[in-house]
Amino acid sequence: MTPFDIRGTKRRQIKDRIFSGFVWALTFSCLIVVFIILFYLFEKGIGSINWALFTKGPKPVGEFGGGIANAIVGSLIVVVVAAIIAIPLGISVGIYQADNRGKRIAERIAVAVDVLQGIPSIVIGIVIYVWIVKPFGGFSAISGSIALAIMMLPPVIKSTEETLLLIPHTLKEAALGLGASYYHTVRKILIPTGMGGILGGCIIGVARIAGEVAPLLFTAFGNPAMVFSIFKPVDTIPKVIFAYASSPYEDWQRIAWGGSLILVVFIIILNTIIKLFENKWKVQF
Amino acid sequence: MEGTILRTENLQISFGDNKVVKGINMEIAEKKVTAFMGPSGCGKTTILRAINRLHELTPEAKVEGKIFMHNEDVYEMEAMTLRRRVGMVFQRPNPFPTMSIAENVISGFILNGIKLKTQEKNEIIEDALKKVALWDEVKDYLKKKGTSLSGGQQQRLCLARAVAMKPEVILLDEPTSALDPLSTAKIEDLLYELKGNYTLVIVTHNMQQAARISDMTAFFYLGDLLEYDDTKKVFTNPKNEKTQNYITGRFG
Amino acid sequence: MKNRWRILENKIFVRWLTIVSLGTMVLLLLFFITLFVSSWPAIKANGLGFLWGKTWDPVNNHYGMYPFLVGTLITSFLSLIISAPFSIAAALFLGEYYPKGVIPGIFRNVIDLLAAIPSVVYGFWGLYTVAPIVSKIELAFHLPAPGVGIFTASLVLSIMLVPYSVSLIRQVISMTPVNLKEAAYALGSTRTEVITKVIIPSNISGISAGFLLSLGRALGETMAVTILIGNSPALPHNIFSPSYTMASVIANEFTEAVGEVYTSSLIEIGLLLFVVTTIINLIGRLIIKRAIA
Repeated sequence: MTPFDIRGTKRRQIKDRIFSGFVWALTFSCLIVVFIILFYLFEKGIGSINWALFTKGPKPVGEFGGGIANAIVGSLIVVVVAAIIAIPLGISVGIYQADNRGKRIAERIAVAVDVLQGIPSIVIGIVIYVWIVKPFGGFSAISGSIALAIMMLPPVIKSTEETLLLIPHTLKEAALGLGASYYHTVRKILIPTGMGGILGGCIIGVARIAGEVAPLLFTAFGNPAMVFSIFKPVDTIPKVIFAYASSPYEDWQRIAWGGSLILVVFIIILNTIIKLFENKWKVQF
Repeated sequence: MEGTILRTENLQISFGDNKVVKGINMEIAEKKVTAFMGPSGCGKTTILRAINRLHELTPEAKVEGKIFMHNEDVYEMEAMTLRRRVGMVFQRPNPFPTMSIAENVISGFILNGIKLKTQEKNEIIEDALKKVALWDEVKDYLKKKGTSLSGGQQQRLCLARAVAMKPEVILLDEPTSALDPLSTAKIEDLLYELKGNYTLVIVTHNMQQAARISDMTAFFYLGDLLEYDDTKKVFTNPKNEKTQNYITGRFG
Repeated sequence: MKNRWRILENKIFVRWLTIVSLGTMVLLLLFFITLFVSSWPAIKANGLGFLWGKTWDPVNNHYGMYPFLVGTLITSFLSLIISAPFSIAAALFLGEYYPKGVIPGIFRNVIDLLAAIPSVVYGFWGLYTVAPIVSKIELAFHLPAPGVGIFTASLVLSIMLVPYSVSLIRQVISMTPVNLKEAAYALGSTRTEVITKVIIPSNISGISAGFLLSLGRALGETMAVTILIGNSPALPHNIFSPSYTMASVIANEFTEAVGEVYTSSLIEIGLLLFVVTTIINLIGRLIIKRAIA
């Protein structure tokens, strides 16, 4: 005699198998999509990578063999300046947040940071256009950097806060107990101890902004010439990809593929650095 | 009292609505070891942290009454200056993880932005490490991280860190509670030796420890100071019934 | 003297931390004020009709954003619907089936790679791979076959949403109390039953919040959509039609806009995007915080 509740077992097991099968299949298709995209990028991009891509500027339509040297320089300028602006500000807010954890003001700031992270990047571009580009009479690398710096703030703030919260409280007390000022406690004990995590947050921030175009459309704008000034408009790699993506000229498309590959490889390297060193950078207490 | 270094006047401390220290008047003798004893929650650690004003890191903590060091009101002083004159050793060893052993010893100078000449530096390091009987064990590894040492060594390093600043008072908050018996014995020996030169105030749960190393013992209960006398007297002939119960292990 | 400087230095530092931190809130407020003030000429000129107006014709000073609103909503929801099964499956795979181990760790990193690819590269890639395939489908249905349009944009956008949704949902479902799951297993449930009857129901609010936040992402996504949506201010007829989203119309027309009202109208669209994504984020974070706590 079979107990009543065992009768459906077989059917339920089959259902279980089917469900698990779906989970596996859908997860795997995500992975496959990643490989398809990366494979395509490499296939198209590798062929476009040559010396001229890194050393030459754009050529007029019809001429072959231009490059994106000006955009590489522009991207570096815009991203580096953005990082210089965002990192000290982000770390400062992170310190404040870690120190005031649980207080109402810190919770409100945390919400503000979350909202900041969710603002569409194109909206940031508009605001910076109104604040800087319009009053100062023109597009400039620095306005682009400021827009990107705002995008970079949230990850830097959050990782600084999270890292500092992991540091035992007594370390801070020990430093203060030796007569150190709060400033020196932060600068000489807390930041060095949390360096790994803070650096990780900064790299995440750079990875987040390196491929952005939307906030640059009305700020850094674009410039076919090689420029080393932060007060002039500059080209950036993602901007060139956008400009060339839907162009009918094969040579321009080729350059856009090359640019895409450079950009993606750069961002993947940054991500890998974080993943690899995440644990090594952790300080032992 | 002769040679008094610290004196409290109606010291009251509360966290929010919870009053943990209820009006303490006591004097602490210079160059002696004073032990604070009592069951958990009696306020002994709180008083200790009020002496170098570390409780100020807890926003809801509130202190009333006064603490004097050499007749100077501690709360009128600049906190940083006060803390340089009062060293502290914590429950768990907490050497600075990014600093080497040598840097940990002189961390007080580093943190206060005091520049030392190399020779001065070496002298201070050697002197402090010798005082805590760590020199022979680590003299060849001074560049290694402070956190690479064993727990007992780390705690002696933390003591060296405090000693190096030549403080007038060293506060010890259950300094051996996280250590094994052997390391504990070493620290106790050290404290015994240090007491000729420093004023030590030690919070401890361990009665044998208080009996072994301290000159004076204060017994606290629920925020009140019930008994404060020569250690010998407190342990052999306590006046208060609660003290008697505590030291004979009848409540904990 | 030295001590006095140290005290001053410390005071300046503390003041600086406070100011910068409060600055994040001020920044948001300034964002809103800036957008609002800059939109004012358009708000005055267009009135509420801006939202329902069906024609966007800057040459004749007609500013109606209804087509962009429709384009944005269809694109966003469609991409969310396409990505949902994949996101849930991958989140279950990584959060419930194989929460630990080397291979799942690699899987997670591979899915995270999707977040590493810039939006503009997605658009570019989609234009050369997804658009031709969609074009063939369109031909099969005897439709005009440009390849680009709402459907293509949604497909690519759905890929971009996956890493974001997966990490949010995985976080939520991995917080399911173990004893709850064990109780269900102890009653003889299969894994599927534990998932569908315990894990998902008990985390339904957190999972919805995950999708809500992904929706916020989708609404503001600009570059990939701009490349793939076909850029047509007309109301879409079907999901293959070329269209425009709020973000992509700004991206395409802002620098070319002449006249105060034109620019201001585009900024008003930005203001709406800002307000909507802010509200979505506030609600989403609130739900997730409650779900995790």
